[in-house]
Amino acid sequence: MGAAIAVFMILVAATAPLLAAVAGQDYTTYHDNLLDSARGGVPLGGLGGISSEHWLGVEPGTGRDLFARVVYGAQVSLGVAVGATVLEVLIGLLVGTAAGLGGRWADAILTRFVDLVLALPILVIAISLLAIVPQDWPRPLLLATVIAVLGWGGTARITRGETLTLRTRDYVAAARLSGAGWFRIARREILPGLTAPVLTYAALLLPTNMIVEAGLSFLGVGVRTPTPSWGQMLSTATTWFRADPMYVLIPGGLLFLTLLSFVLVANGLRRALDPRQSEVLR
Amino acid sequence: MIGYLVRRLGGAVLVLFGLSLLLYGLFYLAPSDPAILTCGKGCTPERLAEVRHAMGVDESIWAQYQHFLTGLVAGRDYSSGTLTRHCPAPCLGYSFETDQPVTKLLLDRLPVSASLAFGAEVLSLVAGIGAGLLAGLRRYRWLDRIVNGLVLAGYAVPVFLVGLLLLLLFCVQLQWLPFPTYVPLTTDPLAWAQNLLLPWVALAVIQTAAYARLTRAGIQETLAEDHIRTARAYGLPESRIVWRRALRGALLPLVTLTAIDLAAIMTSAVLTETMFGLPGVGQLLVGAVNQIDLPVVVGVTLLTGLLIVAANAIADLLYAAVDPRVELR
Repeated sequence: MGAAIAVFMILVAATAPLLAAVAGQDYTTYHDNLLDSARGGVPLGGLGGISSEHWLGVEPGTGRDLFARVVYGAQVSLGVAVGATVLEVLIGLLVGTAAGLGGRWADAILTRFVDLVLALPILVIAISLLAIVPQDWPRPLLLATVIAVLGWGGTARITRGETLTLRTRDYVAAARLSGAGWFRIARREILPGLTAPVLTYAALLLPTNMIVEAGLSFLGVGVRTPTPSWGQMLSTATTWFRADPMYVLIPGGLLFLTLLSFVLVANGLRRALDPRQSEVLR
Repeated sequence: MIGYLVRRLGGAVLVLFGLSLLLYGLFYLAPSDPAILTCGKGCTPERLAEVRHAMGVDESIWAQYQHFLTGLVAGRDYSSGTLTRHCPAPCLGYSFETDQPVTKLLLDRLPVSASLAFGAEVLSLVAGIGAGLLAGLRRYRWLDRIVNGLVLAGYAVPVFLVGLLLLLLFCVQLQWLPFPTYVPLTTDPLAWAQNLLLPWVALAVIQTAAYARLTRAGIQETLAEDHIRTARAYGLPESRIVWRRALRGALLPLVTLTAIDLAAIMTSAVLTETMFGLPGVGQLLVGAVNQIDLPVVVGVTLLTGLLIVAANAIADLLYAAVDPRVELR
């Protein structure tokens, strides 16, 4: 169930331009004629202006097509979250294996560093960082990078722990005796053993990163208009929710559904890959 | 023990040091000039130079950072034209925007954020432990299922979404509660709680899920242990076994988590404060960031950093205090 929704959302995100074209709408065109100017720009008609032309109604204040904005928003939200997660896993794996294999001093220094990264108030720093960077930089890319640079600590910690256990295995000793270098050992002997724990952790990171992205866009330091994102829609919705509740419910509901599906997938993955833990978490 | 504390303190200072240096470096490299914003429209080059000097942004980054550190430890004097102000230690400078001392701004807003974090923490502890306990005892199968479902859902909702939905339901549709405005606890405790109720609930949701999950796992684990079997064999009533023994073992991990979470909640309160329009530290940050108000941004970041580092240390100490098997190194 969770997996089905997750796959569906990924498909929606991937085919956003196509879907918008099918609906015959785009996410930038203003439709002033669909708004009730007497009531400050609330969409005309019931349920936020839902009609056969505008499947999910229009945005209050601007009249932009909500369906097109929602599917493009999926692209931004998922894209940023996936990008950030991939980056986090890469940095975490690199630092974690280096700490696990690098010997006492390297381990001590890197572990301290990881502790420091884990202690950072991520949201606060991300807000400051994103506000400083010039507006014309590509925002989604920037968001993914900032989230990843602040959030790789957990992956590194898990990788280090696993590496420390894996390196004591006989097959690693055998590889070392047969003259394999550290890089080769890391790649051929350690990395395969890391797949399961890191994958489980990354599956949980994905929805977390989505929440962070939505939060940053909600605070106005994420993606900028006209580029849509669910968090940013909800941010505009704070001023409209009294007059047009559909504008909260549609992006909010989708965000919740997507997050829930990813959490379910992560939960299932953990059960499948880590039978010991599933006893407790069932 | 003392050696541990000293090392911990050293580490904390190092973290805060790095944090402030990072922020200074970034703001220095940033292309936007706070002096232009302060000076406003129709600003002559001479006036701009004056403003720059008064704000202290005409110096090199090292000089600026050095002054900042001196101010923090010993206080510093600010002079603009003929007027000289003394800013006592710990001095975080004056806001570019409102010209008030940052320390004062922070202290003014801290009670709001603290009220928010404290209430949300209490709420999530009560709800989380309760739900976890009910689910963990497995008296009712369906209850276990429901708690499980809610726990997963709790992981999947962003704070501001819960906030918006709560506002929509209780303030717009049912009109049971007023739109939250902050009333200090000392003025009117009842109004304080009434206004903060929705923000508390919104903020507590995720923590509740985590606590429920932990309590549930802990209860089940402890109930399977030998000393519980012994107690049962002695014929102790089941309620006594649960309350006196099982709960105790199950709540151990929660003690440390609470300390860390309290600080974490303070930072995630940024979203809640913005959402509900509460004048807390988080709202101060969001406003300051948009105005490139460097002293305020640095102040808020250092304060949250300090809280997190302190909370981590307290958590470690608490853990050692409640669990004699843990040794502090």
